[in-house]
Amino acid sequence: MTVLTVPAKPGQDAGAGRRTVPWQRMLWVTWRQHRATFISVPAVLAAAAIPLVIFGLKAHHDYTALVNCPLDPGKQSGTCTQLMTNFNSTVWPLANILSLLMGLAPVLLGAFAGAPLLARELETGTFRYAWTQGFGRVRWTIAKLTVLGSVLTLAAFVISQEFTWFFAPFLSRPTLNVLTPAVFDTRGLTYAAWTLTGFCLGVFLGTLLRRVLPAMAATLGGYVVLAGVTLLYLHYHYPVGTFWPMQVFEAGWLLVLSALLIAGTLRLVRRQAA
Amino acid sequence: MAVGLSVPTAGTVTVLGGEPAGSQAALDGIAFMAQDAPLYKNLSAADMLHLTRNLNLSFDHAYAKQRLDGLGIPLKKKSGKLSGGQQAQLALTLALARHPRLLILDEPLAALDPLARQDFMATVMTSMTDDGVSVMLSSHAIAELERMADYLVVLGDGELRLAGETDELLAEHRVLTGPAAEADRVAARMSPIQDKRAGAQAHLLVRSGGAAGDGAVPPGWEAHPVSLEEVILAYLRPAGAGSSVPGPRAQLTEVTR
Repeated sequence: MTVLTVPAKPGQDAGAGRRTVPWQRMLWVTWRQHRATFISVPAVLAAAAIPLVIFGLKAHHDYTALVNCPLDPGKQSGTCTQLMTNFNSTVWPLANILSLLMGLAPVLLGAFAGAPLLARELETGTFRYAWTQGFGRVRWTIAKLTVLGSVLTLAAFVISQEFTWFFAPFLSRPTLNVLTPAVFDTRGLTYAAWTLTGFCLGVFLGTLLRRVLPAMAATLGGYVVLAGVTLLYLHYHYPVGTFWPMQVFEAGWLLVLSALLIAGTLRLVRRQAA
Repeated sequence: MAVGLSVPTAGTVTVLGGEPAGSQAALDGIAFMAQDAPLYKNLSAADMLHLTRNLNLSFDHAYAKQRLDGLGIPLKKKSGKLSGGQQAQLALTLALARHPRLLILDEPLAALDPLARQDFMATVMTSMTDDGVSVMLSSHAIAELERMADYLVVLGDGELRLAGETDELLAEHRVLTGPAAEADRVAARMSPIQDKRAGAQAHLLVRSGGAAGDGAVPPGWEAHPVSLEEVILAYLRPAGAGSSVPGPRAQLTEVTR
């Protein structure tokens, strides 16, 4: 961590203010203040990845065996019937639960990592310390959002790749395909984009409401409304109809929304009075 | 306002010889310690030093460490676990280690016990005399200001009530004591800031332009020097109101050097 801290030169004229504090100094600051997030997110990721791999390997194996079973039920062996029953009654419900958890992760990150980010500073008064240091409050906000936002988005992208592999066998079910909303939003670009949007929504509402708990509640509510409208309505009205164009389109408008939320946050930070 | 945390309803604020308040240049030169010394409660004192060092162009780490050692504040302890006085001292250390040109302290004494107040003010005085830091501090603790303030600004109800060099203010103000029967006549001539009648005696707090002129004491009256506290309280009371009327919320600001 000392690599990131540059000792100030002694005897430096404090009035030579045209220079600004280097951006990379915020790396240590963000790490130290949000160590819990930086440690818990990869830890949860790793903890989720292990069962996902184990369970996924079994699902893939069972599925391959099932595919090789004769189509005519009369000619199926006992093992095949057993496999089929097991796949439908145990593996499939478990996969459903995992899929649900995947869907919840972005909104939980938004509420627990995004909403308190500025709301806690505003609620406890520490913003009076942070915003009056030489770094400057708008740059401070930009740096924090960039570091935390990219780490969370990257983590979301990694887990969605793994989940995509895991979920592949289940797409053979007649009711599912890659465009089914619940499946579509856990893969490709959209999952990372939803995570970023959830985070930015939390940060914005936290800055607006200045209180941690109301901001968390508002983030949960706001995200559910946004996701609901998208899943039930917007999805079916995209100008494109195949997987990748739809992915790019949805991730695109979510990125625009995230940018707007960040711009709104910075505006609030700039104008926020004590 | 000087650090950009609030925006004036009218006009503009410039600091350090023309820098806009809240600008990068202004923030570099000004260290601000907010009321109740906000610190990250879950971070240790050592972490707070690192944090402040990273957030500023200049930060004298060795000085800060030495100061905390001298005060007996453990570096490893979480700042939330330190006593109120220690938290204030830590916040002050963070501000002083930036070697600011101007140090702004917002109600630094409010949460401190008398002993901690004395220690705190001693540190502020030392930095003023040794390092030549200008200090602007707001306080309700009037008595504490008298000993150290060079320049005094009295605000009440959001309005400027009084401003001037502390020594001059003390020299200009005095209480005239005389018979109540003559008080109205004297008051009409001297336009007192405060007019107290007690039986046959009247006490008028007056401001004179100087030693001569209308500052002359009327025959049969006595002039007494006043304390800074009396002067400040008189200006904070609405004119003509009796002593039973509670004064408006007062904010005293002092500028040194």
